[in-house]
Amino acid sequence: MTAMPVVEAAIPTKVSVRDLDFYYGQSRALKSISLPLYTHKVTAFIGPSGCGKSTLLRILNRMYDLYPRQRAEGEVLLDGENILDPGIDLNLLRSRVGMVFQKPTPFPMSIYDNIAFGIRLYEKLSRSELDGRVEAALRGAALWDEVRDKLNSSGLGLSGGQQQRLCIARTVAIQPEVILFDEPCSALDPISTAKIEELIDELSERYTIAIVTHNMQQAARVSDFTAFMYLGDLVEFGETNNLFTAPHNKKTQDYITGRFG
Amino acid sequence: MSLYSSRRRTNAIATTLCWTGTIFGLSWLVLILGALIYEGARGLSPAVFTEMTPPPGSTGGLLNAIAGSLVMTVIGVLLGTPLGMLAGTYMAEYGRYSKLTMIVRFINDILLSAPSIVVGLFVYTVVVARVGHFSGIAGALALAVLVVPVVVRTTEDMLLLVPSPLREAAAALGLPRSHMLMRVAYRAAKSGIVTGVLLAIARVSGETAPLLFTSLNNQFWSTDLNAPVSSLPVVIFQFALSPYKDWQQLAWTGALLVTVAVLLLSITARALSSQGKHK
Repeated sequence: MTAMPVVEAAIPTKVSVRDLDFYYGQSRALKSISLPLYTHKVTAFIGPSGCGKSTLLRILNRMYDLYPRQRAEGEVLLDGENILDPGIDLNLLRSRVGMVFQKPTPFPMSIYDNIAFGIRLYEKLSRSELDGRVEAALRGAALWDEVRDKLNSSGLGLSGGQQQRLCIARTVAIQPEVILFDEPCSALDPISTAKIEELIDELSERYTIAIVTHNMQQAARVSDFTAFMYLGDLVEFGETNNLFTAPHNKKTQDYITGRFG
Repeated sequence: MSLYSSRRRTNAIATTLCWTGTIFGLSWLVLILGALIYEGARGLSPAVFTEMTPPPGSTGGLLNAIAGSLVMTVIGVLLGTPLGMLAGTYMAEYGRYSKLTMIVRFINDILLSAPSIVVGLFVYTVVVARVGHFSGIAGALALAVLVVPVVVRTTEDMLLLVPSPLREAAAALGLPRSHMLMRVAYRAAKSGIVTGVLLAIARVSGETAPLLFTSLNNQFWSTDLNAPVSSLPVVIFQFALSPYKDWQQLAWTGALLVTVAVLLLSITARALSSQGKHK
């Protein structure tokens, strides 16, 4: 399982995870994980609860760094640079690798500011340029038509699905290279879910995407590649079509056919 | 069936006891407030707000005491609030998992419940005894020492209530911690922290013990904070214990003023915090 799975070698690799181990205190949550995230492709991490898929996702932007007694060993190369290197600038890394969470997390400020906030951090723009960027981000997240008349009202007043798209717009606005989705639809109704999935599909034209999901149909619908994880091991990685129709591993087959998990 | 009726009986007894306890407790409060309003309102007049505390046997007001209380409370709060907020912020944000935070929290809790007379004695030994005289500044310092633990506690508590997904979301945008704090965490915790500061003001504005050892009292108008300064609680204390009828009347009126001020602050704090919850 340690060898890098080779799938369609022609596609450039954006992120390359190599022999990655992760520890919560003494307990080992990830065991020698190696897999690629291909440029401008959607990679889904699936597996039963506790398999380490969210842990893996949270390593890709070093989110685990916020908490004590958590550590990663191995290599995660983003364009060839090891992001686990202690000398790496975390804020810069996170501006390149954006993240959308399970629950929508709009900031307690207006819709406009929710988006302009992040942009102002990295660029000095005139008011009209900023307006343009906010609109572009909201359009990119398919939210513009719903909020164009109430940009100054609080982001907390939107519905759950709208809030999640606001969070996507906020992430897109600072122009990252990779976007991580951590079960982005698990708190949403089917219609909002469909909108987000459509959005992920569009975003993959410009961004490299990783998504953690509990929903196998969702993984099958949105992703190009799928990694199936179980108890901290990467059991199988491959093109989504192949993995779901002809899994190589018995465990993968059992999981995707609903025999466990 | 008998099991059911015995449960009903137990319930009836418990309910009656609860009601009795509530009425017993509340009636004292009503009696105290009633006496205060009855006695205090009789002495209310424009002179209370425009004239100085009188010598026995002549007429006067509480102007110097009101002004002294206001000035010392304001200085105390201005000194104590930033200090408390910085400490609380360190504890909730930067040192959340450190040993120092646990120690500071423990000591702060002791300070929070320490009798205020101890704080008065402390400032007396450290400031008054060294300088050689009582002063308004010493009074303000004593009040500041009382403000700090309240503000530390509420700042920490309110920041800890900010959900960690919100923190993570800010971090995920590449926000430096200071930005996350100023733009996201403080915003989310704002109404709680303001409530804490208001409650701290309410707490210190009725304090007598720490002022007895520090600012003492002054019968005249004084803007010199390096000299003894009058304050409502100390005047109430002195006048209420005196044998003179007109002094006693002023003490009642002063007590009413302090109570109304504290009540208004508490109501504002309540309104603010419930507003924060509905958002």
